[in-house]
Amino acid sequence: MVNVQGPWSPLLGRLSLGAIPNNPIILGAFIFSAVLGVLLVGYVTYADKWGVLWREWFTTVDHKKIGVMYIVIGLVMLFRGFIDALMMRTQQMLADGPHSPGFLGAAHGYLVPYHFDQIYSAHGTIMILFAATPILVGLMNVIVPIQIGARDMAFPYLNAVGLWLTAVGAALIMISLFLGDFSHAGWVGLTPLTELAYSPGVGTDYWMWAIQISSVGTTLGAANLIATIVKMRAPGMTWSKLPIFTWTALSTNIIALTSFPVLAVALGLLGVDRYFGTHFFTAGLGGNLMLYSDLFWIWGHPEVYFVILPAFGMMSEIIPTFAEKALFGYVTMVAASFAIAGVSWSVWLHHFFTMGAGPRVNTFFSIATMVVGIPTGVKVFNWAFTIFRGRSRFETPMMWAIGALFMLLLGGLTGMMLAMPPINYSVHNSVFVVAHFHTMLMVVVYGIMGAVSYWFPKVFGFKLNERLGKRFFWYFTAGTIMVFIPMYTSGFMGMTRRLDYLANPALMPFEVAEEVGIGLYLISIVYFVLQLYVSIRDRVANRVGADAWGTGRTLEWLTPSPVPFYNFALTPRVHARDELVWRREQGLEGAALPGYEDILLPRNTPVPLLIGALALALGFGLVWRIWWLTDVSLLAIVLTVIARSFVQDTDMVVKASEVEKIEQRLRARGAGAASAEGGRGVEILRPSASRP
Amino acid sequence: MATGGDITAGQAGLWETHHHHDTISTRTFGFWLYMLSDAMIFAGLFAAYVVLDHGYNAAGGPMGAALVHPGSAYAQTLAVFTSVLAYGGVMVALKRGSRGGVLAGLLVAAALGAVFLGLEVHDFIALFQAGIVPQRSGYLSAFFALVMTHGIHMAFGLIWMLTMFFQVAAQGFTDKTVYRLLNLKVFWHFQAVIWVLVFTFVYMRGVL
Repeated sequence: MVNVQGPWSPLLGRLSLGAIPNNPIILGAFIFSAVLGVLLVGYVTYADKWGVLWREWFTTVDHKKIGVMYIVIGLVMLFRGFIDALMMRTQQMLADGPHSPGFLGAAHGYLVPYHFDQIYSAHGTIMILFAATPILVGLMNVIVPIQIGARDMAFPYLNAVGLWLTAVGAALIMISLFLGDFSHAGWVGLTPLTELAYSPGVGTDYWMWAIQISSVGTTLGAANLIATIVKMRAPGMTWSKLPIFTWTALSTNIIALTSFPVLAVALGLLGVDRYFGTHFFTAGLGGNLMLYSDLFWIWGHPEVYFVILPAFGMMSEIIPTFAEKALFGYVTMVAASFAIAGVSWSVWLHHFFTMGAGPRVNTFFSIATMVVGIPTGVKVFNWAFTIFRGRSRFETPMMWAIGALFMLLLGGLTGMMLAMPPINYSVHNSVFVVAHFHTMLMVVVYGIMGAVSYWFPKVFGFKLNERLGKRFFWYFTAGTIMVFIPMYTSGFMGMTRRLDYLANPALMPFEVAEEVGIGLYLISIVYFVLQLYVSIRDRVANRVGADAWGTGRTLEWLTPSPVPFYNFALTPRVHARDELVWRREQGLEGAALPGYEDILLPRNTPVPLLIGALALALGFGLVWRIWWLTDVSLLAIVLTVIARSFVQDTDMVVKASEVEKIEQRLRARGAGAASAEGGRGVEILRPSASRP
Repeated sequence: MATGGDITAGQAGLWETHHHHDTISTRTFGFWLYMLSDAMIFAGLFAAYVVLDHGYNAAGGPMGAALVHPGSAYAQTLAVFTSVLAYGGVMVALKRGSRGGVLAGLLVAAALGAVFLGLEVHDFIALFQAGIVPQRSGYLSAFFALVMTHGIHMAFGLIWMLTMFFQVAAQGFTDKTVYRLLNLKVFWHFQAVIWVLVFTFVYMRGVL
């Protein structure tokens, strides 16, 4: 073990009272979180919901509930990442030029440089790994098994373990806000800055272990989803009948399965440097800093496509539903997804063209990067041709999908610019690059928001409020334009990224415009929360039948909304790519089930939550170097896994009579919803759900 | 594939009753996928090793020929290969349905795996005593990280084998124990394959 600076005790490691930051901003964040936490705990206790939470959520192995919890974690972290963005924008607006005022101990603006550095590091880490990734994994978790007609995932228990490990990562990042500090070396953790010599504090360790532990969960989840798609499809669902979102889920999880281990290696080697004093990425004694950048981006670039491919899949589901037309170019869409997944492995060096690998290497990676434009272009045209001569209805999900299309155009074209090394050399490390990749990630955010409003009624049985949803969309879009168009411009003018102080006061108007944009985002969030509140309040009026939008095409719209815990009372047999459309055209949509049967499902278990709690103790112990805690929790994890493997009785049987009762209740409710909407002229597209 | 059950006329083929998935096939397929991710970990480590296998990464410290002994590594190779052979015996016994054969095979495979680890630890102690430690240089960091990661995998395999010994002894052949035995086979063979690569790229290339 390496000796660290500062005090260390066997009982508490590096932890002491001095670890609590003395900063009014963090105090404010702490009070906000504490009040929110107390209110939540108070509400749950007052409403006597602890038992329900424990039985229905914390111990669940149901893929839909696990997916919803993934999405909740992701949304909470999305909000945290947004607050970081708000703070950065405000700092850059205030700290322009030598005469700009300083507050709270900062020379300019209100954040001291070290604090500002932590904020942008946290923003990047959170948005990529603890917001986008969990929300996408959650959506795939919820939708893929229903879409392929499965009753559960291939590994339901492992699925819960993955969820809790992701939660541990998010928890470690939140703890770092109030105990110690966070990494100041950017979300990519550039070496040798992240080495112990230059980052002696616990911040880098928080960053490293939060990512490392949650990545284990993501890797396990990827293996699980691939196995589910390959092995659990309903009879008749051949590969050529696989829904397109499931195809993208397959391609994206192949990326995750193969790339996250490389991240584990990059961070693991950095970890042994920091804990054992080895010399992988140190500045002396034979370390190689570039090795870290290569390893990190060999994961990092595939990760970019890992987040964007599911968004493409969501757009490919939403657009046909609301254009009321089959997806144009299904085969090319699948081929394009896998082409993107394949090429994702040969472009990583474009993140550091300026590192000096030489013209030949740069040429290879430049061309490989431009090649990505071909399958992506195919997708854009496919979506455009799907809308062409369709009957587009502009409900909220469709607006998000089309918004994503425009973001993809803007982000893709600027990406092509950056793919050329001569341009890249002049805008490298500028906010032009930042604006580019934020536009690309906006594709993901738009896809996610579309997917959430699209599949929300499937999971919860009622629609989200359309009027507020559209306001959310428009304010969000206005915010996107106001933040990122000025950012592109100031990037071209030479503004580099990660600046806590802008020496050139001429950039101030752009910063003010971006601050206005972030204000618009803030308003959009208010509308999102309001939308959730109003929709839940009016849920009875907004109830939907099995086919919530009336023009659903794939298998998930066949089973009642909300989806019962066993998904399908009888496994559907698949006849067509758009099975629901096929059944509708054959007049079979309302066909009653021929009967019910006993269903075998995995039993709930608290073990995954226990493993998560132990992993949190392990991560916390590693960060603060409390060796007894790490040893005990690691041993406890191993013993728990072994002990669990001896449990034989892990399944339960749901009786046919019980299934019948649940189905009749849900379908009767759905029928009521369908007739309530009859006056609006969509009843012909409804499941003739009046089957009792 | 399950066959259609008692489906009433008019809705022929819309629903499947008694549709079941083959648990063992699903679980073993999932484990193959997990092994793919494990292969990527080793791919990353081998890449790091090759990058750091240069004189300037040794920072004046020892390089390959000074620290690897193909003779002792050859003994390790024999141990890991005979262990895999013994695990082959476990599979034969599983096919015959012989619980005793499986238990005996597991013990032999685990013992030979322990011999492998013992030889490796013995090697490392000798290196440490000679002042050849991971903290000495970037090259040595990569050498120890690669070989030790393989060693940790082997140790994990041993824990798994002992767990399976008691599980099969207590529960016999259930779906769960059978697919775990099959997965352990994949895991154990994979570690042998990685050892072949370590032997070739680290030990044999090291003495050249």
